[in-house]
Amino acid sequence: MTDARDVIAARAAQELRAGEIVNLGIGIPNRIPGFLDPAVEVFLHTENGLLGVGPRPQPDELDLELIDAGKKPVTLTAGAALFDSAASFAMIRGGHIDTVVLGALQISETGDIANWMVPGGKALGVGGAMDLVVGAKRVIVTMTALTPAGEPKLIPACTFPLTALGVVKVVITEHAVFRFVDGELILTELLGGATEAVVAAETSARYRVALD
Amino acid sequence: MAAQHLSAEEAIAEVKDGDTIMVGGFGLVGAPLSLIDALVEQSSAKDLTIISNNVGEPGRGLGLLLRQGRIRKSIASFFTSNPEAVEAASSGVLAYELIPQGTLAEAIRAGGAGIRGFYTPVGAGTDLAAGREQREIDGVLCVLQPPITADVALIYATWGDRLGNLRYRRTAQNFNPAMASAATLTIAEVAELCEPGGIEPESIHTPHLYVNRIVPSTLRLADVPGAGT
Repeated sequence: MTDARDVIAARAAQELRAGEIVNLGIGIPNRIPGFLDPAVEVFLHTENGLLGVGPRPQPDELDLELIDAGKKPVTLTAGAALFDSAASFAMIRGGHIDTVVLGALQISETGDIANWMVPGGKALGVGGAMDLVVGAKRVIVTMTALTPAGEPKLIPACTFPLTALGVVKVVITEHAVFRFVDGELILTELLGGATEAVVAAETSARYRVALD
Repeated sequence: MAAQHLSAEEAIAEVKDGDTIMVGGFGLVGAPLSLIDALVEQSSAKDLTIISNNVGEPGRGLGLLLRQGRIRKSIASFFTSNPEAVEAASSGVLAYELIPQGTLAEAIRAGGAGIRGFYTPVGAGTDLAAGREQREIDGVLCVLQPPITADVALIYATWGDRLGNLRYRRTAQNFNPAMASAATLTIAEVAELCEPGGIEPESIHTPHLYVNRIVPSTLRLADVPGAGT
């Protein structure tokens, strides 16, 4: 597993518990189903109106009216349920989604998340990001440690427009697992053969080290 | 009253300059493609305010109306799926309001349900709360969202009966039921029309009292080049 995104997705898959209702964002989170232990059954929710998202369809199964929130075709699992957008977001906002896994541009040391636009950028799309991070019981962020320009993403305070304040519980990069416990950021695990020095070099947020 | 049965062109004939129009769909899935096509080809109404999750895609769905320069303002959660809409909004040609997707859906639902506004934690403390009332409720910062209504709602349902009862299919449901309830004039495009009683009463998603006009669907998702890819 040399692809950093696969390292992150594989570790994130281990965070999910049997029976959970899970919403996966686009990008790295979409790789998680490929790494799930078959014994761990989770129920995937997608905000455009489906609980029970199945695998991508085979060509002969393709249904143009059956898509996920990334507008990609999906299938239905046995026991899947369909509903409208207002109901879907009532589930999200009402705290009925156990875990959301999604990407981020920046995470602050107090658990703030910025993941919908860069300052002066033209990405005029917030979609369901704000609803999901505020409503889900547990927010797991999967992201590479550095931006393409080599800047840390886990930083003292977000400089990009915020998605929500203080909602993040777990951050998984290709080199580390961080957890927010009682408002404190803690490095709990090293990944991919990384050392504490590697993680320190790519993290400008303050954190405490308490390896599991 | 039972819904009127009209062609798409007849059904949208009264859409006028300055109208606010809700359009169902998540991307093109569940979008009323025949009604949008009629609006593009048969109507000249301009200065429209369009409420829809997306502004279609480049040259497809509502993207066609955008190219005609007939949308004055757009209220949406995700402009990014149409770079032309992002460009128009960024350059000031298109007025816009960006609303979190769940808040948009709930504001439309509230509009149809007579709720005069609600406080939600979603978006509180962010740039999207700028200019809106915010207050703490039980220690949680919330933002006030007013209801959203429209002059006209254009929606799509796979199944409908002659009274206007509707049933949606798969993830083509999305914003359609809420929008059907929140406009003065609701026009439903239906793929398969049946007689009253043809849909099990328990299976009706949108009861006919919300639907003013029924139009047969003539343009399907499968007919749109590149749809579903």
